[in-house]
Amino acid sequence: MQLTGAEIVIRCLQEEKVEYVFGYPGGSVLYIYDELFKQDKFKHVLVRHEQAAVHAADAYSRSSNKIGVCMVTSGPGVTNAVTGIATAYMDSVPMVIISGQVPTAYIGQDAFQECDTVGITRPCVKHNFLVKDVRDLAVTIKKAFYIAKTGRPGPVLVDIPKDITNQKCDFEYPKTLAMRSYNPVTKGHGGQIKKAVQMLLDAKRPMIYAGGGVILSDAADRLVKLARALGYPVTNTLMGLGGYPATDKQSLGMLGMHGTYEANMAMQNCDVLIAVGARFDDRVIGNPTHFGSVARKIIHIDIDPSSISKRVKVDVPIVGNLPEVLDELQKQLEVSSGVPDPKALAAWWKQIDEWRGKKSLKYKQGKEVIMPQYVIEKLYEVTGGDAFVTSDVGQHQMWAAQYYKFDKPRRWINSGGLGTMGVGLPYAMGVRFANPKATVACVTGEASIQMNIQELSTAKQFRIPVKIINLNNRYLGMVRQWQQMFHGNRYAESYVDALPDFVKLAESYGHVGMRIERPADVEPALREAFTKHKNDLVFMDFLTDQTANVYPMVAAGKGLSEMILAEEL
Amino acid sequence: MRHIISILIENEAGALSRVSGLFSARAFNIESLTVAPTEDASLSRMTIVSTGSDDVIEQITKQLNKLIDVVKVVDLSEAAHIERELMLVKVRAAGKDREEMKRIADIFRGRIIDVTESTYVIELTGNGSKLDAFLEAIDRSLILETVRTGVSGIGRGDRILKV
Repeated sequence: MQLTGAEIVIRCLQEEKVEYVFGYPGGSVLYIYDELFKQDKFKHVLVRHEQAAVHAADAYSRSSNKIGVCMVTSGPGVTNAVTGIATAYMDSVPMVIISGQVPTAYIGQDAFQECDTVGITRPCVKHNFLVKDVRDLAVTIKKAFYIAKTGRPGPVLVDIPKDITNQKCDFEYPKTLAMRSYNPVTKGHGGQIKKAVQMLLDAKRPMIYAGGGVILSDAADRLVKLARALGYPVTNTLMGLGGYPATDKQSLGMLGMHGTYEANMAMQNCDVLIAVGARFDDRVIGNPTHFGSVARKIIHIDIDPSSISKRVKVDVPIVGNLPEVLDELQKQLEVSSGVPDPKALAAWWKQIDEWRGKKSLKYKQGKEVIMPQYVIEKLYEVTGGDAFVTSDVGQHQMWAAQYYKFDKPRRWINSGGLGTMGVGLPYAMGVRFANPKATVACVTGEASIQMNIQELSTAKQFRIPVKIINLNNRYLGMVRQWQQMFHGNRYAESYVDALPDFVKLAESYGHVGMRIERPADVEPALREAFTKHKNDLVFMDFLTDQTANVYPMVAAGKGLSEMILAEEL
Repeated sequence: MRHIISILIENEAGALSRVSGLFSARAFNIESLTVAPTEDASLSRMTIVSTGSDDVIEQITKQLNKLIDVVKVVDLSEAAHIERELMLVKVRAAGKDREEMKRIADIFRGRIIDVTESTYVIELTGNGSKLDAFLEAIDRSLILETVRTGVSGIGRGDRILKV
């Protein structure tokens, strides 16, 4: 059957069982939007800025493991989307972006709304395509979905010139794909896995370091099984929160720049480290030389060979898909006659409990000023620890990560790699589309929220009842913290002046607004928002302590065990 | 250390920019890069000369392998291989220099492929140091123009890079 390119795009998305397309129309995608209008198999979510479309699709994917899809027009549509694409790329989120392009004959002519989309996005996508022939369209979209979700996932962009969407050809959606240049490894090397098992059993001070790969590959249950079988301590990265239950006794919480004392000390002092879907990021291990100054054996499981031995040399690399590798590891562990050394393990746990005794996350909540940490603790209580929490970027992000105890994967949605301010609200929208009944909280700050505040309009249109927890300290908090600690209290441009009245702003969009100024009002207000206003978007503007800092802190360039603790100041 | 990396890549628009973009984005060094389609027109072969520590070269090969269009990557310098570079040199060749230039070109097994009353174009192949040596051997002031292709490399004997 002969279909136009625009019809083919729609049919391909239907074949891929897409539920939602997040997007914004424009000149070069008009034929596609026309076909989209004529069908009802999937819905389109109209955002107010293309960046938000990509973030929403990204969170849709993160919170469900379905592929997020977005659609933007050429030129500014694409350039607006770039921040969203780069954000997804840094956190390895599978996504497909369909972008319009000027007609083939106009490419390179500096046409209206033309930009070199493939060139601009190349460094921040897993792969991209420019479709030059309508007959290649279906197979290209098939490839895009396949590449996005296999191997180390990531965003894939398909750029389609306008004339292609109006040309006809026979349509058949390919059932299978063969790509000689792309064959991601899935099964781990058996010999390496055996070696890893022995190394784990020989450990005196073992440590499990689990990252975002655990979440992305749906390997959390396997990780829990393995950790429980061994009885070893587990720390999660910012991206890995929820990959191991935070309330479990073997959990040491988050590690890294703002990790717990016990997690960082155990990471630094362990003798055998198994890294599971993590990449030894600079915010995680601090100074790599300092980290490497302690002798330890490292096992590293990752789907991406280039993540292995990139920043830290490892002893046993295992390339493969986590669920398969962890299953095999578990199997090998069960057939092995060895058991962990109980004496050494008891001594190690005793040491860890001493570190825990530091209570590195404690803070003081007085009667007058709301502490931001307190808001997160109350949010955790009021939501029963079962909400999907999105965050923006800065201090509030770290507090949310530290004080909301995530027990399940895909509940914590934040921009870890790129650190993009403005993701919080569109992320909350994406989560809600993927999980229509879920309780969703967006933890943000008065600076971040304003970077995509126009999405309050989208939330109005689609009646998205998320709760915005605005920790309003009238500062770019994390910038102010660094300026206080490392730049002699010179607060260059970190004061956020001329703030809107967020309550009125929310109300003007038809939402509920609340301002909370006293500690005693925090919990009642949260209860009201999550019960009475269950079906409303509630913008909760918490006026918080202006100078609260995030602790513990490993300063940039310092070692993991060189933490600054709150009590030391 | 200096490494010669050979790549087979899908011969598609933008393939070169994916590779060169990777090198600049990750601050890898490129000494030279050559590319042309192979006998199978759907594939291009690239030869990249790069320098870096073993760790850096390992990252380069891993990152290249990660590119979706890259079919195969081999570090030729890991084993016996041959490398060649082609250079064209336009030199002033008048008067007493004319005979001398011809003689030096012969010594280096170069060929004169274009002749005017006052100039020669000399074609020379070899490894980089041979081409350098030739330029050293002739009078610098007589060199009008040089163009070099960058290194092409191939494994010796049974080492074959093919799909």
